[in-house]
Amino acid sequence: MTDSKYFTTTKKGEIFELKAELNSDKKEKKKEAVKKVIASMTVGKDVSALFPDVVNCMQTDNLELKKLVYLYLMNYAKSQPDMAIMAVNTFVKDCEDPNPLIRALAVRTMGCIRVDKITEYLCEPLRKCLKDEDPYVRKTAAVCVAKLHDINAQLVEDQGFLDTLKDLISDSNPMVVANAVAALSEIAESHPSSNLLDLNPQSINKLLTALNECTEWGQIFILDCLANYMPKDDREAQSICERVTPRLSHANSAVVLSAVKVLMKFMEMLSKDLDYYGTLLKKLAPPLVTLLSAEPELQYVALRNINLIVQKRPEILKHEMKVFFVKYNDPIYVKLEKLDIMIRLASQANIAQVLAELKEYATEVDVDFVRKAVRAIGRCAIKVEQSAERCVSTLLDLIQTKVNYVVQEAIVVIKDIFRKYPNKYESVIATLCENLDSLDEPEARAAMIWIVGEYAERIDNADELLESFLEGFHDESTQVQLQLLTAIVKLFLKKPTETQELVQQVLSLATQDSDNPDLRDRGYIYWRLLSTDPVAAKEVVLAEKPLISEETDLIEPTLLDELICYIGTLASVYHKPPSAFVEGGRGVVHKSLPPRTASSESTESPETAPAGAPSGDQPDVIPAQGDLLGDLLNLDLGPPVSAPPLAASSVQMGAVDLLGGGLDSLIGDSNFGAPPAAVTTAAAPARLGAPVSSGLSDLFDLTSGVGTLSGSYVAPKTVWLPAIKAKGLEISGTFTRQVGSISMDLQLTNKALQVMTDFAIQFNRNSFGLAPAAPLQVHAPLSPNQTVELSLPLNTVGSVMKMEPLNNLQVAVKNNIDVFYFSTLYPLHVLFVEDGKMDRQMFLATWKDIPNENEAQFQIRDCPLNTEAASNKLQSSNIFTVAKRSVEGQDMLYQSLKLTNGIWVLAELRIQPGNPSLTLSLKCRAPEVSQHVYQAYETILKN
Amino acid sequence: MIHSLFLINSSGDIFLEKHWKSVVSRSVCDYFFEAQERATEAENVPPVIPTPHHYLLSVYRHKIFFVAVIQTEVPPLFVIEFLHRVVDTFQDYFGVCSEPVIKDNVVVVYEVLEEMLDNGFPLATESNILKELIKPPTILRTVVNTITGSTNVGDQLPTGQLSVVPWRRTGVKYTNNEAYFDVVEEIDAIIDKSGSTVTAEIQGVIDACVKLTGMPDLTLSFMNPRLLDDVSFHPCVRFKRWESERILSFIPPDGSFRLLSYHVSAQNLVAIPVYVKHSISFRDSSSLGRFEITVGPKQTMGKTIEGVIVTSQMPKGVLNMSLTPSQGTHTFDPVTKMLSWDVGKINPQKLPSLKGTMSLQVGASKPDENPTINLQFKIQQLAISGLKVNRLDMYGEKYKPFKGIKYMTKAGKFQVRT
Repeated sequence: MTDSKYFTTTKKGEIFELKAELNSDKKEKKKEAVKKVIASMTVGKDVSALFPDVVNCMQTDNLELKKLVYLYLMNYAKSQPDMAIMAVNTFVKDCEDPNPLIRALAVRTMGCIRVDKITEYLCEPLRKCLKDEDPYVRKTAAVCVAKLHDINAQLVEDQGFLDTLKDLISDSNPMVVANAVAALSEIAESHPSSNLLDLNPQSINKLLTALNECTEWGQIFILDCLANYMPKDDREAQSICERVTPRLSHANSAVVLSAVKVLMKFMEMLSKDLDYYGTLLKKLAPPLVTLLSAEPELQYVALRNINLIVQKRPEILKHEMKVFFVKYNDPIYVKLEKLDIMIRLASQANIAQVLAELKEYATEVDVDFVRKAVRAIGRCAIKVEQSAERCVSTLLDLIQTKVNYVVQEAIVVIKDIFRKYPNKYESVIATLCENLDSLDEPEARAAMIWIVGEYAERIDNADELLESFLEGFHDESTQVQLQLLTAIVKLFLKKPTETQELVQQVLSLATQDSDNPDLRDRGYIYWRLLSTDPVAAKEVVLAEKPLISEETDLIEPTLLDELICYIGTLASVYHKPPSAFVEGGRGVVHKSLPPRTASSESTESPETAPAGAPSGDQPDVIPAQGDLLGDLLNLDLGPPVSAPPLAASSVQMGAVDLLGGGLDSLIGDSNFGAPPAAVTTAAAPARLGAPVSSGLSDLFDLTSGVGTLSGSYVAPKTVWLPAIKAKGLEISGTFTRQVGSISMDLQLTNKALQVMTDFAIQFNRNSFGLAPAAPLQVHAPLSPNQTVELSLPLNTVGSVMKMEPLNNLQVAVKNNIDVFYFSTLYPLHVLFVEDGKMDRQMFLATWKDIPNENEAQFQIRDCPLNTEAASNKLQSSNIFTVAKRSVEGQDMLYQSLKLTNGIWVLAELRIQPGNPSLTLSLKCRAPEVSQHVYQAYETILKN
Repeated sequence: MIHSLFLINSSGDIFLEKHWKSVVSRSVCDYFFEAQERATEAENVPPVIPTPHHYLLSVYRHKIFFVAVIQTEVPPLFVIEFLHRVVDTFQDYFGVCSEPVIKDNVVVVYEVLEEMLDNGFPLATESNILKELIKPPTILRTVVNTITGSTNVGDQLPTGQLSVVPWRRTGVKYTNNEAYFDVVEEIDAIIDKSGSTVTAEIQGVIDACVKLTGMPDLTLSFMNPRLLDDVSFHPCVRFKRWESERILSFIPPDGSFRLLSYHVSAQNLVAIPVYVKHSISFRDSSSLGRFEITVGPKQTMGKTIEGVIVTSQMPKGVLNMSLTPSQGTHTFDPVTKMLSWDVGKINPQKLPSLKGTMSLQVGASKPDENPTINLQFKIQQLAISGLKVNRLDMYGEKYKPFKGIKYMTKAGKFQVRT
């Protein structure tokens, strides 16, 4: 009686038997046979051989049989295109059927047959169906346009289906509207530039009306579409919000979250003084809380989004701490997310509760969760100062449990607490030292060593402790080795008399026996410092450390704002902008929150206003990894240094730079202020003398070696603003990129007769969000005929607006006389980032994946370079050679580069020895950059 | 939009696949299997898994993974909600949702899935409408079909599909007109060692079973609607009316449906109906531990607590337990370390208790986790939040329906830490 019988035959002649049954005269037998075929198909058996026989069954009045044959057709038409043509006539006939159900079914199925030849026949019936009198047929036809577009985009445009689809947005039936919106959104996704969903107040009104009447899924499409609209003023924003708010009470969580997205986005435009703003805030909390009582999978997505919302507007959920408390049978992925949000919401008011919970979690079974809970306690201490004492004592309690991984986690976080509150909780060090032996994870060992080194003067047996680690120096991970090196140097500087031998030992281990360049470099720097000027060494090594930030993993404000626009999408689950990961995310369309309209608080310039992110509120953030100061001060406890060749080389360059600038001046100083020869210095150089010289030459070798690579090509300065146009101020400049930072090198000349002061600079919005990272600093007034050179650091987190040409930058410079405007073109290669080397496999896959129409080919003439030289030149400007191949006497270089906004450009450079012309093929998902990348290639290669 | 769907059983076999666009090779599921291997338990498989070209979104229900494949940016909640809807539909069609049942009805399943999505866009997901398009299999119908040669595919355009009330079909007729409403509340709570409440909230739903002729228009009003400040409605409820008058006004779907769900989280409003007294002690270097728990009523508004089941996952170090209950039956599984005590009704005069000893692994130190006690119970005729329906009126039809309202309180995730 059941369908399982269709699965039972596995005999050899199965296909043959089915064939016979399909050609049977009996209707009933035929149907049973088709069912068997479908059943085999669903479990993945290949029954394509039966294609002609199944298609023969299509001309029937029996709706079920017809449907079954349609199902089969959709699956196999691709592999049997010629046969599929046979079915076309039946489809065309069915599109005229008096029964709307059959008309709709026919047009739906035709769209699913992904065969080019068939699509041509589809156009006429589809056009009719789009104008059908029955809304059910119209709504099916709307989706069919999206299907057809997927198969043949050009055809859809040529046939004018897009316009018909746009007309359907004003259809009288809400279901048709919803499907038209859905189809248009899907088409628009593959055409980021096209203005398919050109929304205006009238169409918005239509959508809002349809929103109330269509199905839940339709509501999602419409809400997502609304979120892309930019209201013209705060009144319009408010009225849209008012009409969207009822959706928050919908039973479908996807509808709720899409509504939250629209509200979060438009709220940005409302003034905070408005009563409505407060009401809206209050209305947002309950639906978010309700999402947490849904199934765990829904909870997970909701929690990832709440994490964003809490960062953007903590006030919404600040009283809802308790709903994030963890139940012991929550799935682990829900537990970890809840914990994260708990810490974000922790404040002085609720810290006692939170701590009690965290302590409870730290005794659970799941190791990952326990670790995170322990870490969370540390984060609470850092975040809420009043609770620090309680947190520390909680951590001590946990250490007493002697559960190995708990102890290790606790030590790692206690190190951070020491950093945040120096000289406050050192009394616990003794307890920590007791657990030295049980530490087996690098991070915990490194943290413990840091503590010992930092507080060497208070730990009587610090030297013994460190010595014990030194025995297995070469078996330790890099992180621990670096830490140990620094800790022993600190110890030496604090207790010079007893520890000379130890420091000798560690320096020679680090410089002579280690293959790790980071370790060696740091060893040499310390050695040189110690041997030339211990006072300076003390200043450098024992310098005061920058404070660590309260929230170590806050999402950067601009990214956060972008992500808020993507609430409810995959981007919000991954906390990455879609351009960073979505396959075929052709869009470079960065969404941004609408700028806040004039409210009392927005006195900032429009340049920094969107987001309304208070940039001044977080002064004490840890410098990014790889920061030079941080490196020397040894704050590299964070992410372990996994050393891909690239990262390593950039660190090297950093070190070299430092030696060039910072240390030379240190050494220079030492000539004057000869240190009041401490006993140790007299002894040290004598013994250290020999290795130092070799070490130094080694270092200088490094300098010369790396020196050529130490930055991308810099064009000579050109005059940007002639003096006649700017009342005597002449500005010339160029752009440089060095070690990951972009700067604008400027030369200001005063050709007027009066003194110039009060300089300031501002950029207009531009394609890549370039903006000054610091104010323009001209220290002294510029007197007539004087020239000053300065370098203005830039970042790429400014507002984005596409410019024409793409690399156009409009600049305003102000001084005491007037404001002057000029525009300049920046070479694109300053935007090539250091981690632009793509993995080979990835390169291949991406190259294949980018459609051929995005490929652009260029000739670079008169460039007699050999492959090696070209590759090196390009590499120094962050164009990386992924692979090299020689074909028929030509060298092909496959190269990749990445722009600051995450766009990848793939290149194939063909070099023929003896021929000065090079051929460059570029592939990129955003083809508009190709032209500029080509220009960058040309400039780099020719200089 | 949604590209494909794979159904995978717990032993890792793909037993059904359905593609709404081009065919995605089933090898994409390998990424899912990898994730499944990493997760220790089926429940812990992350719901969103990225692969180089696709994203896999999955839900785990009835020991089956429903894995949807998407290629472009699609709201994940949309996909997960849809998967839930698929599960609900299967359950609605076949009574249970399990691998054998799906295999038994594979053609209907395939037809239903085809109707639910078109090119990845949801088409008909209301079970009312689906059932009009594709009739659920019943033994009687199969017999009739084989004899008469008719099919279980409807050939009428589903009437609800395009009307203003898409959830209700026209021409409904009953001889007995009745409307039943169940107010069911679940308490989720965490109680700490000392018996004070860490968190407590109520998840409430009003499920309705309405069998009324024609197009009835119902209104439902509450004695204390102010309790409901966080609600989700079935699409049939007129939201404006609720906003302004706090009255539920709606044209109901035919049959069973969830009218609304609500959430009461304000702590002072949540009464905790039971308490658990516990004393569980492990001693270092002793092979015996003591175990004693007592369950008693608290704030029950005079109603009896029934169906009480106490479960607890004991620490690994517990080898066996020898316990005596004052009522009910108990079991302890020495392999999974799961203690379960079926208490039944609580008689306030004679509180049920369970006491005895635990034999512990010799030499093992005291376990660092304490067992959490899980509680299940039911209270009939009581909505613990105090929600009460005032009256139910019907407009638009002449007959007099039979009306009924039932209340019930249950334990949701009710945990007591020790």
